[in-house]
Amino acid sequence: MKHLLSTDGLDRDQAIAILDTADRLKQALLGREVRKLPTLRGRTVITMFYENSTRTRVSFEIAGKWMSADVINVSSSGSSVSKGESLRDTALTLQAAGADCVIVRHPASGAAHRLAGWLKHTGTSVVNAGDGMHEHPTQALLDAATLRDRLGGLDGRRIAIVGDVLHSRVARSNVHLLTTLGAEVTLVAPPTLLPTGVENWPVTVSHEIDSELPGQDAVMLLRVQAERMTGGFFPSSREYSIAYGLNERRLKLLPDHAVVLHPGPMLRGMEIASVVADSPRAAITEQVRNGVHVRMAVLYHLLAHEEENA
Amino acid sequence: MASRQRGATDPAGDREILSAGDVARTVARMAHQIIEKTALDAPSAPDVVLMGIPSRGAPLARRLAAKIAEFSGRTVHEGTLDITLYRDDLRRGPTRPLETTKLPEGGIDDKLVVLVDDVLFSGRTIRAALDALRDHGRPRAVQLAVLVDRGHRELPIRADYVGKNLPTSKTEDVVVMLDEFDGRDGVVLK
Repeated sequence: MKHLLSTDGLDRDQAIAILDTADRLKQALLGREVRKLPTLRGRTVITMFYENSTRTRVSFEIAGKWMSADVINVSSSGSSVSKGESLRDTALTLQAAGADCVIVRHPASGAAHRLAGWLKHTGTSVVNAGDGMHEHPTQALLDAATLRDRLGGLDGRRIAIVGDVLHSRVARSNVHLLTTLGAEVTLVAPPTLLPTGVENWPVTVSHEIDSELPGQDAVMLLRVQAERMTGGFFPSSREYSIAYGLNERRLKLLPDHAVVLHPGPMLRGMEIASVVADSPRAAITEQVRNGVHVRMAVLYHLLAHEEENA
Repeated sequence: MASRQRGATDPAGDREILSAGDVARTVARMAHQIIEKTALDAPSAPDVVLMGIPSRGAPLARRLAAKIAEFSGRTVHEGTLDITLYRDDLRRGPTRPLETTKLPEGGIDDKLVVLVDDVLFSGRTIRAALDALRDHGRPRAVQLAVLVDRGHRELPIRADYVGKNLPTSKTEDVVVMLDEFDGRDGVVLK
């Protein structure tokens, strides 16, 4: 594998290989005082974030460092991007400076694909760490890792993704990956927060949360992305929360074994009530922990083999 | 299969080096040697743990631990140590899947660790295993047990316990088969 740009097109064997590697890495690091593997010694990983992020950037940085890669972080403010340098020129500069892997987050959908195109004839790998409203493949992989841990597998499992599907790259990546791994996905959202063409996705769509919850093995909540909203998508936060927020009453509608996921950052009181976020049913901190192992696995699959110039 | 003569070459050019019975006897002899060399049956015996290197070192370590318990009455804990992340040739082939790492009960600090593998060849696997061990703790000493030593070392490494010394040419392939993976025990030179 040279790049990880989307979960669309990632086949079942590739996805399972990455998840298995993540499991083994977790096991190899368990209880160790020195959490450092020599595997990527001498490789250079550059994170290039054109949008704010806490967990994704930090967990990629930790993942790279735990595998002994040199990790350099570039953000749009504080780099030549703020002087008007284009994405292409910045990428070529980082490649020329010696990047083996560029991890990019960008507000424009498709940015990571363009970047991979520009770096086509080089040995540099590209990881999409979130591009606009398109995809965020490592988030989906860590969600799948967390669900595998908690549920023992994904085949035939029922997972509801609730909230702002329209603006969510997490939802898109998860729909592709979870269905590839054999899960049945239901999207629950008001009609205004569903993308056009959703009827062609391999999912069931519902506008009503209460009736969907009793049959689910997991619920994934999405943040309402105010920064991407230009019009009125729902009357008020309060109304949204009443109609779609996962509160204590709704938590009780779920089967006992069901898991609650949230990709973060959470808006407590909006899409998720505080008591739910802090309940043992929520796997939100496990998601972050698994995120490090999954990103280590992705770096391993991209960088620890002979060079491909595809 | 049982009637096949040891050392006989079959039409494919494969030569049987150890039969299933030979493998069992060899493992038993190695267990005796480990007991003797580590003075496991003495009252002041050291804490010995076995660490099998996947894939085939892992079941060999389990078998040795069982034999040691049978012969000495002492329980030795065993674990598995995957060395893939420590290899020096990861960039010379396709992505290698990782195997299981499981430390023995009680860890490896201050223990006498016996690394167990099926074939000793260049010695690079063992170098990687020594690096991996160092990240998991600080053993009192490390020894090496292998079922087959086929020569052609590329590093200053030798085994403390050898089941079978087998002179080979570099182009030959030593195939160790174990019931756990291959449905039968045996060693074949291809």
